Amino acid sequence: MVYRALGEFLILVGSLFLFLAGIGLLRMPDVYNRMQTGTKATTLGALSLIMGVGIYHPQWFFKTAIISLFILLTNPVSSHALARASHNKGIPLAKGSVLDRYAEDKERGLKEAENDS
Amino acid sequence: MSNLLIIVFALVSLATLLAVYRIVKGPTISDRAVGLDTATTITTAMIVLFSQIFHRAIYLDVALVYAVLAFLGVIALARYLEGGV
Repeated sequence: MVYRALGEFLILVGSLFLFLAGIGLLRMPDVYNRMQTGTKATTLGALSLIMGVGIYHPQWFFKTAIISLFILLTNPVSSHALARASHNKGIPLAKGSVLDRYAEDKERGLKEAENDS
Repeated sequence: MSNLLIIVFALVSLATLLAVYRIVKGPTISDRAVGLDTATTITTAMIVLFSQIFHRAIYLDVALVYAVLAFLGVIALARYLEGGV
């Protein structure tokens, strides 16, 4: 039963990545870093775990593929909306941050609006 | 329930606990929203894990509906944080 071993391996890898996402959520310094671990690692972990279950039971493969496709589509959208909302709300970056392209872009937009008027 | 599933379930439960710690502790409200986002994705994976443990395919439908509702909830929360309608 090769596919059962592969499914169990994928489930174990997925749970490890979910645990790493939890640790990153605990250890990271500011909102944006936490958002990065809390979204990327969680997407990979949940995808791996769900596809592992789908490979372990081949008759469930279609449903698990739909669930993982949905997670793959919606997780970046929700994290992008949260990041944009917290940046517009004015929550500061961590101390060691060196680059803030969104703030530069917003300033440039304001200047162009002044020049136009 | 095999040994592997016990280890997997312990790891996923610990991840959920860490996300709940961030929801309780988080200095700003955005931290709490990020913790909620992470916790909902982990919970979707956990429901699929339940279907693996109990050998019931019906939990997969539950996981799909939960993923849709959690996505809508997080988007609504982000709109509220931004101050829009």
